[in-house]
Amino acid sequence: MVALATPRVAGGVAPRRRPWREPSVLPGFAGALGFTLLYVGLIILLPLAALAARPWEHGLQGVLDAILKPRTLAALRLSFGAALLAAFVNVAMGLLIAWVLGRYRFPGRRIVDALVDLPFALPTAVAGIALATLYGPNGWIGAALARGGVKVAFTPTGVFVALLAVGLPFVVRAVQPVLDDLDASLEEAAQTLGANPVQTFARVILPALAPALITGFALAFARGAGEYGSVIFIAGNMPGVSEIAPLVIVTRLEQYDYAGAASVGLAMLAISLLALVAVNAVQVAMSRRGGR
Amino acid sequence: MTFDLSRRGVLGAALAAPTLVRAAAPVTLLNASYDPTREFYKNFNTLFAAEWRRTTGGQVSVRQSHDGSGKQARAVVDGLEADVVTLALAYDIDAIAQRGLIAPGWQARLPFNSAPYTSTVVFLVRKGNPKHIRDWLDLVKPGVQVITPNPKTSGGARWSYLAALGFATRHNGGDEARALGFVRGLYHNVPVLDTGSRGATTTFVQRGIGDVLLGWENEALLAIDEVGPGQFEIVRPSMSILAEPPVAVVDKVVDRHGTRRAAEAYLKLLYSEPAQDLAARRHYRARSRAVQARYAQKFPAMDLITIATFGGWAKAQATNFADGAAFDRIYQPA
Repeated sequence: MVALATPRVAGGVAPRRRPWREPSVLPGFAGALGFTLLYVGLIILLPLAALAARPWEHGLQGVLDAILKPRTLAALRLSFGAALLAAFVNVAMGLLIAWVLGRYRFPGRRIVDALVDLPFALPTAVAGIALATLYGPNGWIGAALARGGVKVAFTPTGVFVALLAVGLPFVVRAVQPVLDDLDASLEEAAQTLGANPVQTFARVILPALAPALITGFALAFARGAGEYGSVIFIAGNMPGVSEIAPLVIVTRLEQYDYAGAASVGLAMLAISLLALVAVNAVQVAMSRRGGR
Repeated sequence: MTFDLSRRGVLGAALAAPTLVRAAAPVTLLNASYDPTREFYKNFNTLFAAEWRRTTGGQVSVRQSHDGSGKQARAVVDGLEADVVTLALAYDIDAIAQRGLIAPGWQARLPFNSAPYTSTVVFLVRKGNPKHIRDWLDLVKPGVQVITPNPKTSGGARWSYLAALGFATRHNGGDEARALGFVRGLYHNVPVLDTGSRGATTTFVQRGIGDVLLGWENEALLAIDEVGPGQFEIVRPSMSILAEPPVAVVDKVVDRHGTRRAAEAYLKLLYSEPAQDLAARRHYRARSRAVQARYAQKFPAMDLITIATFGGWAKAQATNFADGAAFDRIYQPA
């Protein structure tokens, strides 16, 4: 995964770049850096390199064949499409929730705050089974929706609903600390200068939160695209319709087609990587334009 | 088929030799199995430990690992140190053998194609059978929802698919295209393709989705056991398939561990009278005639084809479940 720029509070002064050395009162830079590189290499780069090396036994043609099958393409479209849509919704809802939790005091606030983390803590399969039960044709929500002619479980909509639950904490937890640190005097100043609430939100608060929102969006999107456990029970898994990309990988492994599985995995990795690079580029562009 | 299943005959042959050598040191075996055998092997391991102590004076403990059949085969290929594998279909053990961990011809080493117990594919319907499902042709009727897992990811579902195909081939006088048309119609009545047998059972039993669950007889019997009688009924179609979940010693592993003797005794004991009885109680069909007779009511005789009808697993896999083969074509726009 590409390193995401840490959300920086508006007004922070970027330290002057100096290659190799950051001033710190603590010694041990060389050892710490060495260990960091080793660890990142071992935990992240090595498995990814193994994945990248795996699918080539039938050459480039074999890899392309595996990826360009209509069924694989449909699955990739579903996984990334649903993740994208869910990430957009989560940005809006996550901002709202972070705002309510950060700006208001009400009984039960701490409980709501803790609940937001639950999708992190819950085994994904448990979340998936709960969702499928709830939204199934005989579940509490599913039965009510079915009377209105809406089907959620076992359709692509089900995938989207599951990803809403999975992605929400990423946005809330990315935005919350930045919002807490946001100086209320900025808003007050905006108001004194005659800005109405909408202007204050759009011109003062939102730009300060944007990097954090984008980080939350990217995390929710990346996680959602590769999500298996919480989606698999509610998706329906019909080839070409509600089959997610990770299931295509599992299916290929089930046929002992390691190369094919790695090909699809590589495609997912490439798309995720591109998405994260794009997000990073947007962040960089925004911080330049901000020019504070 | 006749085979001496008497306890003395099999056990004697299997266990007499080590007795003479020495009281064996404590042995640990790992049995990599598939999901629905959990309860059976838990009881069987106790039985085996007692037999091993009685005949060799030694200690043996068997650890269990359960997951989807194909997943277990891959785990063994990737280095899971299982002394024995007891999987859902021969195709998965073949895959281990192809990578040199099990000697070729493994399936002839034990009686009955190395499948000490069998099962078949049946229908589980809701109480009173409201959709009047009696046989295969009822599964393609409009408005009937069939629950069955994806044969690409579930070993059990491959048996179900082949049972349907076998019926349709016979029903259409061998006309392959029409047989596949029937199978296509059947899967078009499937609203959700779970990845494994247990998942499909949960969808049908716990979530109340679908009119008929197509799958393992042992799972159907277990579902009735678990939920309590009176909510579901088993419908046995006019013909089905003899599902043979095979067992094998993983040669490379037992030779490295020095556990071959215990591992072979373990598998041979599966054919003994008490083990066969245990299998029948745990909803598998026994091979032993005596046990079959004892459980005749639980397991009525059925007209069963075998995997040989499809030319063996390698061929069945290639024509039906491989990439772009018959099953994939069901989901391609016509």
